[in-house]
Amino acid sequence: MTKLMLCVFAMIQAAHAATIPVAATDLANDWDGIYWFLVYLSLVFFVGIVGAMIFFVVKYRKEVNKKPKYIHGHTGLEIIWTVIPTILLFVCFGWGWSVYKEMVHGPADSMEVRVIGKQWLWQFVYKNGTTTIGDLYVPANRPVKLIMSSEDVLHAFFIPNFRVKSDVVPGMYTSVWFEAKVPGIHQVYCTEYCGTSHSGMLARVVVLSAEQWKDWLAGKKIDVDQLPADPTFPGYRANRLGEGLPEAQASGQAGGQLSLADKGKALISSKGCIACHSSDGSKLVGPSYKGIYGKEEKVLDNSAGGKVVTVKIDDNYLRESIENPTAKVVEGFPPSMPPYKGLVNEEEIAAIIEYIKSLK
Amino acid sequence: MAHGTGAVSHLDRHHAHHFKNGHEEFEACKQGMWIFLVTEVLFFSGMFVAYAVLRVFYPDMMHDVHHHKILDWRMGALNTVVLITSSWTMARAVSSSQRGEQKNTVGFLWATLLLAGVFLVVKYFEYSHKIHEHILPGAQYAYEGLTTAKVPLFMSVYFVMTGIHGLHVVIGMGIIYYLIRRAKRNEFGPRYFTPVEITGLYWHFVDLVWIYLFPLLYLVG
Amino acid sequence: MANSSTAHGDNYLNHSHGLKSWLLTLDHKRIGLMYLFVIMAMFLMGGIFALLVRWELFAPGMQFFSSPNTYNQAFTYHGAIMVFMVVIPLIPAAIGNFVLPMQLGAKDVAFPRWNLVSYYVYLFGLLIAASTLFINKVDTGWTFYAPYSIRTGTSTTLVLLGAFIMGFSSILTGLNFIVTIHKLRAPGLTWDRLPLFLWAIYATSIVQVLATPVLAITLLLLILERTIGIGIFDPKLGGDPVLFQHFFWFYSHPAVYIMVLPAMGVISDVIPTFSRKPIFGYKAIAAATFGIALVAFVVWGHHMFVSGQSEFANFVFSFLTMLVAVPTGVKVFSWLATMYKGSLRMDTPMLYAFGFLFVFTIGGLTGVFLAVVSVDVHLTATYFVVAHFHYVMVGGTLLAFLAGLHYWFPKFCGKMYGEGTSKVGAWLIMIGFNVTFFPQFILGVLGMPRRYADYLPQFEQLNRISTIGSWFLGVGFVIVGWNLAKALKSGEKAGPNPWGALTLEWQTPSPPPHENFLKEPVVTEGPYEYRGEKALMGSNA
Repeated sequence: MTKLMLCVFAMIQAAHAATIPVAATDLANDWDGIYWFLVYLSLVFFVGIVGAMIFFVVKYRKEVNKKPKYIHGHTGLEIIWTVIPTILLFVCFGWGWSVYKEMVHGPADSMEVRVIGKQWLWQFVYKNGTTTIGDLYVPANRPVKLIMSSEDVLHAFFIPNFRVKSDVVPGMYTSVWFEAKVPGIHQVYCTEYCGTSHSGMLARVVVLSAEQWKDWLAGKKIDVDQLPADPTFPGYRANRLGEGLPEAQASGQAGGQLSLADKGKALISSKGCIACHSSDGSKLVGPSYKGIYGKEEKVLDNSAGGKVVTVKIDDNYLRESIENPTAKVVEGFPPSMPPYKGLVNEEEIAAIIEYIKSLK
Repeated sequence: MAHGTGAVSHLDRHHAHHFKNGHEEFEACKQGMWIFLVTEVLFFSGMFVAYAVLRVFYPDMMHDVHHHKILDWRMGALNTVVLITSSWTMARAVSSSQRGEQKNTVGFLWATLLLAGVFLVVKYFEYSHKIHEHILPGAQYAYEGLTTAKVPLFMSVYFVMTGIHGLHVVIGMGIIYYLIRRAKRNEFGPRYFTPVEITGLYWHFVDLVWIYLFPLLYLVG
Repeated sequence: MANSSTAHGDNYLNHSHGLKSWLLTLDHKRIGLMYLFVIMAMFLMGGIFALLVRWELFAPGMQFFSSPNTYNQAFTYHGAIMVFMVVIPLIPAAIGNFVLPMQLGAKDVAFPRWNLVSYYVYLFGLLIAASTLFINKVDTGWTFYAPYSIRTGTSTTLVLLGAFIMGFSSILTGLNFIVTIHKLRAPGLTWDRLPLFLWAIYATSIVQVLATPVLAITLLLLILERTIGIGIFDPKLGGDPVLFQHFFWFYSHPAVYIMVLPAMGVISDVIPTFSRKPIFGYKAIAAATFGIALVAFVVWGHHMFVSGQSEFANFVFSFLTMLVAVPTGVKVFSWLATMYKGSLRMDTPMLYAFGFLFVFTIGGLTGVFLAVVSVDVHLTATYFVVAHFHYVMVGGTLLAFLAGLHYWFPKFCGKMYGEGTSKVGAWLIMIGFNVTFFPQFILGVLGMPRRYADYLPQFEQLNRISTIGSWFLGVGFVIVGWNLAKALKSGEKAGPNPWGALTLEWQTPSPPPHENFLKEPVVTEGPYEYRGEKALMGSNA
C-alpha cells in the first residue's frame, strides 16, 4: 500500500515538474504556492461536477429511471453553493494579492538595469555604461530592478523562471524586479505581439555567481555557453535572439567606455541643458541638478489647476520634465524650458537621468 | 414638452400585421427610439472619456486653448441658442402633427430644418477659419500662434466630437425633410404621428449633446 | 402528436418562392436562416485559417508559411473572423432570430424591416473586412493594439471599417429583441414564465446595445488615428497607447458575455427538456444571468494587468472579476441539480449539453487563475490564455450552439437528422477539442507566448499533439455539417414536437406557418412544467 502511495506521489511530483518552469527565485516559489492551490481546488470542483454528471447518466437515464421527480429548487442548497464559492474566491483573491504585492514592491536597494525594447531585439543598459543586446547579465542573490521602455511599438518582457512579466510601452516606463537564486541561463520572451519577428525577439538572463560577476564587471568575457542551461528545459540551450540578428556583446567591459552617468554628463552639455541647469547647486534659470534626485519638491502642478503640490523627483518626473517641461514646474522657477520630445531618444534620457542621480 | 406626448393613437388605420393595434406599434416604436438614443449616448461617451482623460492629464492644454481664443465662444453660444430654438420648433411640430394641424406641422418642420441649416453655416465658418490657420487635429496641426504640446490633441477631440455631432445634425435634417414630404401628403394626424414623435426624440437628443459639448469645449479654461 | 400539418402543408418555407422572396423577406425565420448560412460559411473560413495556423505550429521552424508575416496574418484573420463574424452573432442571429418570436408567441420581431437591415449591414461590413484578404492582409491581431496598428502598412483601416459596420448589426438586433420581448409577449406570458433562453437573449441584447457603441467609437478613433493622425493613441504625437486598450476592452470584455450568455440560455432550455423535470432554480438562473451581464461591464481591466496600469486598478479589476464566478457557478450547479432524479434522454442536444458542462467547467475554472493578478502576471499572453478562451468560446458557445442547432433543427425544417451520425460527430468534436486545447494550458504555464509564428524546440511535443487534435476537431465538424445537410435533403419527417418540450415554439407545426401560430397561444404556466403525463413523454432515442 505504501509502495502504491509512494508511486502515486512520485507521479504527482513528476507531473508538477514537467508542467511548470523551475522556480528560480523566492517569489517564483511563492507564486507556485498559489498556483498549485488553484490547480487542486479546480481539480476538486472539476471532479465533483463531471463525477456528478457521469453518476447522473448512469443512475437516472430514462431506461433506468422512468419517473422524474418534480422539483423546482431548494433554497438551502442554493445558498450553500453561492456562499461557499464566494468564500473560496475571497481566499484565492487574498492569497493571490499578497503574492502580487511582493511582485510590485521590490527592495529599495535593487541594482537597476535599463531595458529598451525595439523591433525586434532587447537592449540592456547598465549603470557602468555597458550596453548588451540579447543577454542580460545579473549577479545571483542580489535584487535587480529592470526599468523598461520601448522605442517603437508595444512589447513585453517575460521571464518564465522568475514568474515576471510586464508590457514595455513607448512613452512610459514600466518596471519589474527579481532576485535570482539559480545561476545559469534563463529564457526571456517578448509577449506582446509586435510584428514580423515577434517570435524571434528573445533574450536570456545570464545569472552569474559572485566570482563571475566580478569578472564581468572588470571586462572579462564570459563564455555563456559554458554556463548551466535553462533549468526548466534540460537538454535545450536557451535562445537569446531570433534568426539573422546581430551578435550580442558578451563583455561587460567598462574600460575605455563611458559609464552611463558620464554619457549623461556629456549630453547635458551637447543638448544645451547647462545653459539653465547647474550641477553644483547654484541657481540659474532652472533648478540645479545637484541632490534633487529622490527629493520631495514643491511644484506647480497644472493638472491640479496650477496648485502647488509636493512630488517626488523620480525617473518618471525627470522624463516628463524633459519631454513636457511645463507640466510640473518646480516652485520658484519660470516655465520657460522648451520641450525635448523627439530631440532625445530612450538611451539619452536614461543617461541624463543616471547623471542626475549621480549628483548627490 | 408637456402636452402632446400623452396622446395615443388607438385606431387601426396604420399598423403592421404583427402588432395587435396601432397603440402597440406606437409604443414599440417609441421604445425602439429610446433604446437607439441610449446607444448614441454610449457612442458619444467614448469621445467624452477621451476629452476627460486629456483634460485631467494635461490641464495646461485647456488653459492655452482658452487663453489664445482658439475657439470662439460667441459662435458656440449662438449655435446653442439656435439648436435650443430648433428643439422648440420640433416640439411644436410634434404637437401639431398630433392634432392633425397639417400646415403648422409642415411649417414647424421647415423652421427646424432652417435652424439646423443655420447651425451648420456657423460651423462652416468656424471650421474654415481653423483650416485656414492650420489649427487642425493631431499630426495635421501647424498653427504658429500656439505650440503647447497637447493642443493638437485637443483639436483632435474638438473636431471628432463636433464633427460627429454635425453628422448627426445633417442626418437629422435629411429625416426632417422626409417628414416634411410626408406631412405635405397629409399622412400625419391624431391616429398616426409616430415618425414625427420619434424624430422629435432624436432631435432633442442631438440638441442635448450640443448642450454638453458647448461648455466643455468652448467655456472651460 | 397526430395533427402536425397546416391545412395545405402551408409553412414559411413554401409560403413564397424565388430568390427575391428570400433576399427581401421580412420573416424573422428566413432572416435567421440567412444569418445561419453566412455565419457557417465564415466559420468554415475562420476554421481553415485555424487549421493553417496549427499546421504551421506542428514543428519548430517555418514549414507552411513562407514567412512569419503570413503566419501573423493568418492568426489575425482567424481571430477577427471568428470573433466578429461568427461567435458574436452566432446564437442571437442564427438561432435567436428564429426562436425568439416563437417562444414569445408572437408573429414576428417588433421591427421586421430593421431586422432585414441588420442582416444586410452585417453582410456589408463582412464583405468590406473580407475584401482585405485580396488587398493587403492585416497582421495586427484581432485586438488591433496601438501603436502597431497605427504603423502597419496593411489594409487595417478597411478591416476596422468592416468591423465598425458589423457592430451596427449587433446593435440593431439587440434593440429589436429588447422591444420584442417587452411588447409582443403572448397573453399569460409573464416575466416569471419566460423561457430561460429568452432571459439569456434579453440580457445579451442589453449588453449588445450598451457595449457595441463603445467599440464603434474605438474603431472610428483608430481609423482617424491611421488616416489623419489625431494622436490620442499614438505616443509619437503625445497620445497614450494604453488608452486604446481601455477603450477596446470596455467593449470586448462584455462581448465575450454576448457570446456566452445565449449559450447558457440554450443549455437552460435543453436540460429540462431532456431530463423531463423543471429547471432547478429558475429565479436564481435568471438573476445570475443579469448578475453576469452587469459585472461584465466593470472588469475590462483584467485584460490589462501587465499593461502598466496602477496597482489600484489591478486590485479593483481582479476583485470584481473573481465575483463573476459566483453566478456562473450557480448556473452550473443548477443545471446539474436539474438532471438529479430526472429521466435523462441522451439525444444529441443533451449530449452536447453534457459536453458543454465538461468543457465550460474547465474554461471557467481556468478563468479564476487569470482573475488572480499575481497568477495572471505569469500566464497572460501565453498559450494558457489561448486555451482558456477557446475552452469557453468553442467549448462553451460553440457546443451550446450545436446543442441548440440539433434541438431546433426539426422545428426549422420539419425533418430529423440521423441520430447515430450526429452522435459520432459530437464525440469527435469533443475529443478533438480537448486534445487540441488541453496541452495548450501546459504550454502556457511552461512559458510559450501566444502569437508566435515559431517556437523553441522544447515546445514541439505538446504543439504536435495539439495540431493532431485540430484534425480530429475539423473532421468532427465536417461530419456534423454533412449530417445536417443530408437531413435537410432527405431526412425523416419530424412532427411538431419530437422532444415533447413545453415552450411555445413546439406547440405549432414543423416547419412553422408563415405567421408562426395558427391561433394566438395563451400561456397558463411556466415553461418547464414537466409533471405527470407531460414528464413521461419525450423522444424515443
